[in-house]
Amino acid sequence: MISPMIPRSLVITVSVLLLAVLGMSFYAWHMRGRAAAVPVVATDTRPVVAPVAGPTEAVTLFVAYDDLGVLHAQSARIPMPSVRQQRAEEVLRALIALYLDKSSPHPLPPGADIRGIYIVDPGLAVVDLNAAFADGHRSGVLAEELTVASFIQTLAANVPGILRVKILVEGKERETLAGHADLSNFFDVSAVNQLTSQLQATQ
Amino acid sequence: MNARRATDRKQTVRVLCGKWFAVALLLLLAVLLLSAVAPEKHLSVYSTAANYSLPIVERDGHDYVGLLELLEPLGTVSAKSELSRWRLHYNNILSEFAAGSTRARVQGRDAVLPTRFLLENGRGLVPVSSLASILPRILGGPVTVHEESGRVFVGSVATHFTASVSPDDSSRLVFHFTSPVNPTVATEPGKIYLTFNREPVTSPASATLTFASKAIPSATYSENNGAAKITVNSTIPLLASFSNDGQTITLAPTKSQPASAAASASTPTPPPTTPPAQLPASSPPLPVSRRYFAIVDASHGGNDRGEALSPSLAEKDVTLAFAHWLRQELESRGLSTLVLRDSDVNLSLDDRAAAANIAHAAVYIALHAASSGHGVRLYTTLLPYSVDYDNGPFRAWTTAQQSSIPLSQATVASVATALKKDEINVRSLTAPLRPLNNVITAAIAVEIAPHASDISELASPAYQQLVTSAVADGISAIRSQLGAAP
Repeated sequence: MISPMIPRSLVITVSVLLLAVLGMSFYAWHMRGRAAAVPVVATDTRPVVAPVAGPTEAVTLFVAYDDLGVLHAQSARIPMPSVRQQRAEEVLRALIALYLDKSSPHPLPPGADIRGIYIVDPGLAVVDLNAAFADGHRSGVLAEELTVASFIQTLAANVPGILRVKILVEGKERETLAGHADLSNFFDVSAVNQLTSQLQATQ
Repeated sequence: MNARRATDRKQTVRVLCGKWFAVALLLLLAVLLLSAVAPEKHLSVYSTAANYSLPIVERDGHDYVGLLELLEPLGTVSAKSELSRWRLHYNNILSEFAAGSTRARVQGRDAVLPTRFLLENGRGLVPVSSLASILPRILGGPVTVHEESGRVFVGSVATHFTASVSPDDSSRLVFHFTSPVNPTVATEPGKIYLTFNREPVTSPASATLTFASKAIPSATYSENNGAAKITVNSTIPLLASFSNDGQTITLAPTKSQPASAAASASTPTPPPTTPPAQLPASSPPLPVSRRYFAIVDASHGGNDRGEALSPSLAEKDVTLAFAHWLRQELESRGLSTLVLRDSDVNLSLDDRAAAANIAHAAVYIALHAASSGHGVRLYTTLLPYSVDYDNGPFRAWTTAQQSSIPLSQATVASVATALKKDEINVRSLTAPLRPLNNVITAAIAVEIAPHASDISELASPAYQQLVTSAVADGISAIRSQLGAAP
């Protein structure tokens, strides 16, 4: 018996709503079970780098050539953001991609990468390499010097205003890159400019 | 009359006896004095085959040694004299000398002796001063001769040592040697002497070692007459004890010495583990006592193998071999040379620079080896970023090389010219390469790659001698400019 005080339409509406709540609860419980049953294939904890899109820009890469022991300036077009820090990262990543290529003139170890670049005004750039870069780098005064000069000169040529560069490995100071090139001090960009001129001349 | 004559005769006999006694006494004194003034000179030879000692004879004011006796313990040797000619066969190497001549031929190549060769009853005597140039040719490997002290090191046999005050007790001094030693220990008030007659103990970077201890303030290293000696200065009586199979010697206060007295006499200041942040500048023109003209630094060593040039060839071993050759070549040109790392030991970059600076040498040469490229690459420092190089009366550690860069560049230019003359491919560059920037004198690095593409060339004595001979020529050519620098 239905109380004459509650309208019939209201009873129907409440009943439909209750059925809907029960149905949705059952569906949510079912979906949760399915989600738990699906195995996690892999977890990539690396920071996701925002893809750079947009118009490309001409940059100058100073590329090392081991066979002659020289640096050559080489033009390339890559998408370049407007923020200095991101520009620095993009231009060095382009250089690393070139060195990791199969036909690299100056091979870097597999997995070599930069963890980040920090531009600290006035004129200081801190380049943080990953462990794979330094641990697997070939040893030798010239081999290491070519890498260092290539990176610093490329950075200075495409990110104006950088006067000195500090290279870290995994966020920490390291004595040398692979036993020779000194990483314990700050590189003077003007001195590296002169070194680049020496390295651009063939033997 | 007869009684008077007898008395006169007795007096005459007494006078004569007195005179003879005085003469005999004088003769005895003279013999004693002469034996005290001129002890027999010795030449000590250290090699992997044997350590032995030979007598040195003096002729016309020069020291000589029998060449046959010197070589006998090292290999198969025979000698034959024909009139004034003396021929010596050591293994398959023929050497020819002529009595009274300074010209000789060793292994088909001419050699010039500093003083003439002597032939005495078929025994060939060569001047000790010629050993540095002729022994490497006869033995076919590096030989180091300490001419003044009469010590010859054949190959890499040197025993090195470190000395440090115990961190928990500054009245204890601990010596660590790279191989077992058994010195003669002698004491006198305020001093304890360790004398090494048979062991190839060599000098540390500095002949005087100072310690942060009032009980044992210092020690000195010296060499004389075929022996090495360490003299430890102390304010308390010390006793030496051996451990670690003879590789460690500990000097500690004698039991009768109250421990409190020793402790109160010492300052518990640990020796600095970091390099000095700043070095005194060379502005006051103090006279520099230069013991070595050149410091040759075999880069890497110990745990630091350097570049793996091949599966069996490490850079640290190649640089050591080149260092021995370079010392040989420099010393044969009259340039006293210290090899900073003379065996397979760890040596930090700061220690290398500090040792080079303390030695006040005219030039510092760091040696590297590489598998890539051809020939030799010469480097001067690429100084790191610095706001102000001039730091008042002190010099910044990281840019200590600043004022010597022109001299370093001149040295590189001279060495490059000598290498080109010998048709060795050469390239001159700057490099961010420590410890060049920390050295206050002319400082260069030499990176040696194979002449062609065969990496085994780096281990070849012929190639090592070719390169080091040219480098030594370059250093020798600029010696007056280097030697004149403060």
